[in-house]
Amino acid sequence: MTRDRTVPLHTIPKGSRVLIMEVPEGKGKSQLIRLGILKGEFIRCLERLPGGTMVIEKNRREIAIGMTLAKSIFVAYTKNNGAEETAKKKHA
Amino acid sequence: MPEHIDHHKHPTAIPIVAETLHPKVALVGNPNVGKSVIFNFLSGLYVDVSNYPGTTVEFSKGRFGEYEIYDTPGVYGISAFSAEENVTRDVVLEADAVLNVVDSVHIERDLFLTQQLIDMGKRVSVILNFNDELERQGIVIDTEQLSLSLGAPVFQTSAVRKTGFDKLETAIVDARRGRIDPALHTKLHSMLTEVGSEAEALLILEGDESLAQKHGVHAGNERENLYIERRNRVNLIVSSVFSETKTRARISTLLGRWAVNIWTGVPMLLLALYIIYLFVGKLVAVDVVNITEKHLGNEIWEPWIRSVVTHFIPLNSWLGTLLVGEFGVISMTVTYLLFLLLPLVVAFYLALSFMEDSGYLPRLATLVDRSLNAIGLNGSAIIPIILGFGCVTMATITTRILGSEREKTIATTILQFAIPCSAQIAVVAALLAGAGFGAMIIYSVTIFAVFVAIGTILHHTLPGESSPLLIDLPPMRIPRLDNIVRKTTFRSYGFMKEATPWFFAGAFAIGIMQITGMLVVWQNLLAPIVTGWLQLPREAATAFVMGLVRRDFGAAGLYALALTPYQVVVALVTITLFVPCVASLMVMLKERGVKEALIIWFSTWIGAFAVGGIVSQILI
Repeated sequence: MTRDRTVPLHTIPKGSRVLIMEVPEGKGKSQLIRLGILKGEFIRCLERLPGGTMVIEKNRREIAIGMTLAKSIFVAYTKNNGAEETAKKKHA
Repeated sequence: MPEHIDHHKHPTAIPIVAETLHPKVALVGNPNVGKSVIFNFLSGLYVDVSNYPGTTVEFSKGRFGEYEIYDTPGVYGISAFSAEENVTRDVVLEADAVLNVVDSVHIERDLFLTQQLIDMGKRVSVILNFNDELERQGIVIDTEQLSLSLGAPVFQTSAVRKTGFDKLETAIVDARRGRIDPALHTKLHSMLTEVGSEAEALLILEGDESLAQKHGVHAGNERENLYIERRNRVNLIVSSVFSETKTRARISTLLGRWAVNIWTGVPMLLLALYIIYLFVGKLVAVDVVNITEKHLGNEIWEPWIRSVVTHFIPLNSWLGTLLVGEFGVISMTVTYLLFLLLPLVVAFYLALSFMEDSGYLPRLATLVDRSLNAIGLNGSAIIPIILGFGCVTMATITTRILGSEREKTIATTILQFAIPCSAQIAVVAALLAGAGFGAMIIYSVTIFAVFVAIGTILHHTLPGESSPLLIDLPPMRIPRLDNIVRKTTFRSYGFMKEATPWFFAGAFAIGIMQITGMLVVWQNLLAPIVTGWLQLPREAATAFVMGLVRRDFGAAGLYALALTPYQVVVALVTITLFVPCVASLMVMLKERGVKEALIIWFSTWIGAFAVGGIVSQILI
């Protein structure tokens, strides 16, 4: 797995698929976990609105995340991430 | 899976046959999974079905055969994170069996709650709803495997086609305890001996403070670990039962995406607003109301009731004035309620229901999120704001969905100040239409400026932080007409039922004030402000008196006055910002507490006359 760098979620461009590296601690974390947004999961950016409100896709579901929250979620770009996800699923 | 657990060792295993006369069955599920449709089918009662996560805060109760059925607000999990979760938690804790309604297309999300219900040791049946969507989206779910993995029976339904509903009774009877992770089971045991209820033991382990207090134990700090384990377990189950045969972009998916893109979303929003304007603002507020109010009300109802009443009571007696005079309790109020307000309220709720059921509303919240951040709110606050244009009272209740006290305060203040309700908008629009385009612009800009100013000031002065947006966007769907019609009927009826007594009370109070000469006293009291500072005729003070009772009542009082276009603007700005109606004040007292509510209430007095006066001094 080749990781380029870890960046906050609100900076990633539309269409990119990323791996979640870190989610913020606190009350919001439980809600994120319930929605399936946790470390080690892949998500895709469907839309990045001006100002940084993000719409992401996770297994056919669309989730909107406000800028202040997206800022504290760290993600990594991956190369060949499509193949990687398949590999991860098989492994699971 | 090698994890059969002998439940009978538990000191307080829930009896398989409930001991109560009417076993309690809770319908539990994520938002927008069709719980309410199933509830309606079972209980034969209509409840509000909504497509926005979190608008149904109250739960409903019905009867199905020997069972008591409880509908609960949609939640993603059961903890004490929100008012919805509190309600759902309490209902689940009391329930003898749980029908867990699951969106077939999104089982990965929904099964988290399912597994939590199972971990709570509740008797559960899983209802896989939206069965019809699976085929359309090329998804196959191995229900037998799913039932094995969960250890609970699984049934398939389509709430849209109403298929599979015949099996719901079997689902209630067959509900049983599912498989709990052995590691979790061990952890639960120690807490269980202290607490006595498996369900409560789990929630306490997951950090539920109020339940921990109730039992005098310390809340656990295991929430995160338990959640991650549960999430992983669910992912594993999903990967073994879920397969997708084809993927294709559907037009509804595309529409949903366009709605949250700035280049396509803003035009869509403008289009939506324009359609709403054409429908509510033009067709109903002008054409329909012209017929109903002028014709049915002023020309038919009022002369008729006046002639009937004056047979018995002279028109110029005090009772005559009270009943059928200028502010007559039965003449004007009935016209106003039935022939002006009702058509508008219905039109408004139709538009809102359509936006809700189509899945557009949460996307709108996403689109406006960043703009609302500027006034200390997040996108979800668009819901109470939009509802406020319908009824400020209802919107004030809806501020409960907001994530923090801070946001609730900001939203409530904005609602009470700067959002005119539908009935008021109608009167405002009618008066502005007469005053010309320029008046309309000045009015809108002023109100909007106040809206932004209040939000910005509160955002920068209130301590704490606002919560960020985090919402699941339900799929865009073509709303079902019957749902929209029923929802509109239900809401309009609810509103009229709630509002009507206040209208009569208001008319009665005004009538009494007119007879006793109090109206003149009031006008004299406000006269220096109204004539000197606002530069309006002294009769406008009457409108403000009426505004105390209901906002729209106040605006309607301006109809009768001969005002110049600029005077119209000043009067409308003042009356819009002026104190909310009695009903919304009551709700605000309940929701925000006496101190905060009264601060907001008195601020609107000062704010309304200050801003109105400034506009007047500039314009006139």
